[in-house]
Amino acid sequence: MMTEVLSSSTIRELIAFRIGEQEFCIDIMSVREIRGWTPATPLPRSPAYMKGVINLRGAVLPIVDLAGRFGLPSTEPTARHVIMVAHVGGRLVGLLVDAVSDIIQMDGSTLQPTPDMASDQVKAFVKGLFALEGRMISLVELGWIIPDVEAQAA
Amino acid sequence: MTDAVDPFEAIKVVFFQECDELLGDLEAGLLAIEGGDTDLETVNAVFRAVHSVKGGAGAFGLEDLVRFAHVFETLLDEVRAGRKTCDDTMVKTLLRASDVLSDHIAAARGQADPVDEARSAGLVAELEALTRGDVYVAPAAPAPMMDGPVMAALPVDGLPAMDEANDGNANAVAAEVPFEPVPMMPGLPEADEFGFRPVAFDLKALDTLPPPAVASGWRVVFRPKGRMYAHANEAGLMLRELGRLGQATVTLDASELPDLEAMSAEEGYLAWTVDIVGASESDVRDVFDFVGSDCDTTFTALADVAASAEAAPAFDIAALLARAQAEVAAPMTLEPIVSMAVAPSAAGAAPAATTATPRPAAAPATPSASLSASPSVTAASAAPTIRVDLDRVDRLINVVGELVIQQAMLAQRVVESGLARSSGISVGLEDLELLTREIQDSVMAIRAQPVKSVFQRMPRLVREVAEMTGKRVRLVTAGEDTEVDKTVVERLAEPITHMLRNAIDHGLEGPDDRVAAGKPAEGTVRLAALHRSGRIVIEISDDGRGINRERVRGIAVSRGLIAEDASLSDEEVDNLIFLPGFSTADTVSDISGRGVGMDVVRRSIQALGGRITIASVPGKGSVFTLSLPLTLAVMDGMVVSAAEQTLVAPLTAIVESLLPRAADVHYVGGHDAVITFREKFVPLIDVAQVMGFRADPVPPSTGVAVIVETEAGVRAALLFDAIQGQRQVVIKSLETNYQQVPGIAAATILGDGRVALILDVDALVTNARRKPARADLKMAS
Repeated sequence: MMTEVLSSSTIRELIAFRIGEQEFCIDIMSVREIRGWTPATPLPRSPAYMKGVINLRGAVLPIVDLAGRFGLPSTEPTARHVIMVAHVGGRLVGLLVDAVSDIIQMDGSTLQPTPDMASDQVKAFVKGLFALEGRMISLVELGWIIPDVEAQAA
Repeated sequence: MTDAVDPFEAIKVVFFQECDELLGDLEAGLLAIEGGDTDLETVNAVFRAVHSVKGGAGAFGLEDLVRFAHVFETLLDEVRAGRKTCDDTMVKTLLRASDVLSDHIAAARGQADPVDEARSAGLVAELEALTRGDVYVAPAAPAPMMDGPVMAALPVDGLPAMDEANDGNANAVAAEVPFEPVPMMPGLPEADEFGFRPVAFDLKALDTLPPPAVASGWRVVFRPKGRMYAHANEAGLMLRELGRLGQATVTLDASELPDLEAMSAEEGYLAWTVDIVGASESDVRDVFDFVGSDCDTTFTALADVAASAEAAPAFDIAALLARAQAEVAAPMTLEPIVSMAVAPSAAGAAPAATTATPRPAAAPATPSASLSASPSVTAASAAPTIRVDLDRVDRLINVVGELVIQQAMLAQRVVESGLARSSGISVGLEDLELLTREIQDSVMAIRAQPVKSVFQRMPRLVREVAEMTGKRVRLVTAGEDTEVDKTVVERLAEPITHMLRNAIDHGLEGPDDRVAAGKPAEGTVRLAALHRSGRIVIEISDDGRGINRERVRGIAVSRGLIAEDASLSDEEVDNLIFLPGFSTADTVSDISGRGVGMDVVRRSIQALGGRITIASVPGKGSVFTLSLPLTLAVMDGMVVSAAEQTLVAPLTAIVESLLPRAADVHYVGGHDAVITFREKFVPLIDVAQVMGFRADPVPPSTGVAVIVETEAGVRAALLFDAIQGQRQVVIKSLETNYQQVPGIAAATILGDGRVALILDVDALVTNARRKPARADLKMAS
């Protein structure tokens, strides 16, 4: 484990996950559970990154392919892929990622702003960057993961 | 009173909840009487309802409400005692009084504006006039006078709510009658272990009353025996009868009353001497016709006794009656209370429990229910109920829904594992399935409610609309006990209200037109509910003029809703009134022409998964039929597959299914297919393609066509790959965690644990006319 304990009061516990070669993280408090991939029921007339819906103990859980959402090549899910069930603005959403890599503790003050060179689509979701042992981990803002109804109307 | 720190606030909430129920009982009872119900119990129920409202209102100091309820109650008591017959005018007044009572309650609750004082005062005057109207014995209005003591006797049971109400009543009585009110309750003594409170009388105060003037009349010495009480006669009522014959002076002889320890509960100890001025001998003797040898009576002309007899202390008849009541109340506390509370009229052994006691429900219940604010409610409600927070029920229903799904999944896994059907696991699983179904049904039944709560609001609406339109309307309701899910009940009120308004405003003719058409001047609107094939059906019918198809068509053409030369069947013309922006009234009326048309009704019914149909015969009337699911939690669906996806089509929309033959499928232009169905061409929609499950159409003859009908009556054929079967599915909203998806109504979870989408047939048929899903939105799975 590569957990680092920092003394600052701005310490945040985060879950780090991998999509392709990149590492991202989200606040651990917003993650309710992590489960393996189960085939989803596709939703018609939905954006390509919406992988469909699955049954989470009686609740209908929409699955978002984070790779597709971030503009990366979309994921062809296998049994080894992982769904992170997260609270997003009062709703439960399944986030499809390649793997969950770590639980890390970071000092919020070490968060670096997203550089301007990044595309608008990436900047919409990446709040900032953490440097950890020579790696770069992007902090993901979940608020915009699910499209608004208006935007969906097309 | 609505202060947040009011310590009574919580109790008050319960009181108002009870008021709602009582108002319902009241209205139901009055309507039953209007419909010709002459059962005394119905009148009693109506009386009890008003009385309980008054009692509770008194406890909370809701003066206006108490005052109105009192006047209302006084008249009802007259009816109850048979002194006033409940004719048509009377019922109408009573119904309006119940409306005002409900306004008073709403105002007291802070839910509505203060009551229209003029209207309230007008009704008070009307009620009082009716109350007075029947008093045929001249001067001192004996009927309400006799009422006082009976009311005053009730505080024996020591109920605070009743006390206050009755104090008010006693004062009112005192104001009407010519003699001094007697302080009957100089501080309530402690009740003994049987709940009996001794009643003290200040007899000295009575001695100050002047002796009665000697006049023509009769003196009765009346000494009831115990068996008279056993035969369900009551001295108090007989004294009341005597009091009605003329001005009565009653003297109590309590000399034989033993100490409480020596007293037998079933013996009679009291005797009365009654001087009745102005009564004839035969009238006086008639009073004792039914008691015969059960009491000792002597009759003497007053003129004969005047000279010799020394004037006994005059006695207030009110106090006497109270005493008589107290006497009969005492043995009652010794009776088994439970049986009496359940069936007061059946308690033959109790002297006062039958028709003799003016408040049969209140009296027997009180000894045991000393903490209840309104004992008559306790006695009146048939089955015990509890109030449960709706959230708790919903949570239970959700969990049970998951249980059903889990059970189905488990069963499927067991089948897949190849276990023998006779194995212990399989047998146990079958039992589990039965239990699960039973739990599900029971839980659904918790949410089921009779449509009564909605139907009860309608008579008032009908009265008001009838008044506004100047039409005479009779509302007939049927099937009020039909049960349906609470959510459905709640959302029924608005469409029913709207359709009733329409039926009266547009459907019924004015009285003159009706007579000219050979119909009774009073129009009939019928509101009925029934269960039919797993759905609830609400029928709203009127015997009015029916839909004027010429006019409907004309309006539809003039508003550009249909082409001038469109050929429409009668049914199609009738359905035009459901089009948005359609209003058949030439002038926008205050009642139904508020710019909200039948299209809104149809939309709200559709939102509930229901449909609405019309049948109309010109000159005879129209029938609107609403058909709704019993619950919004489950529905019957046809499970189908399309391009390896499993979908559910709502069974209600399906007309029939067929295997399309290549010869029946035709193409209009490039790829818009139609299929011949009953000699008509209906559009053929390849669902998998429209949904984006596959890019290219497949030959229709390889699949199954399901003929569906939208709520608007448009038919289409949906092409699927195969039909898997029909089953009940638990409806899961997609919007909880995601958002609405075009063409999809909701989702469900099938036995294999996977989510299946429930098709929104209407949207599917309408959208298919436009264009198929864009290729870039195609789903990968």
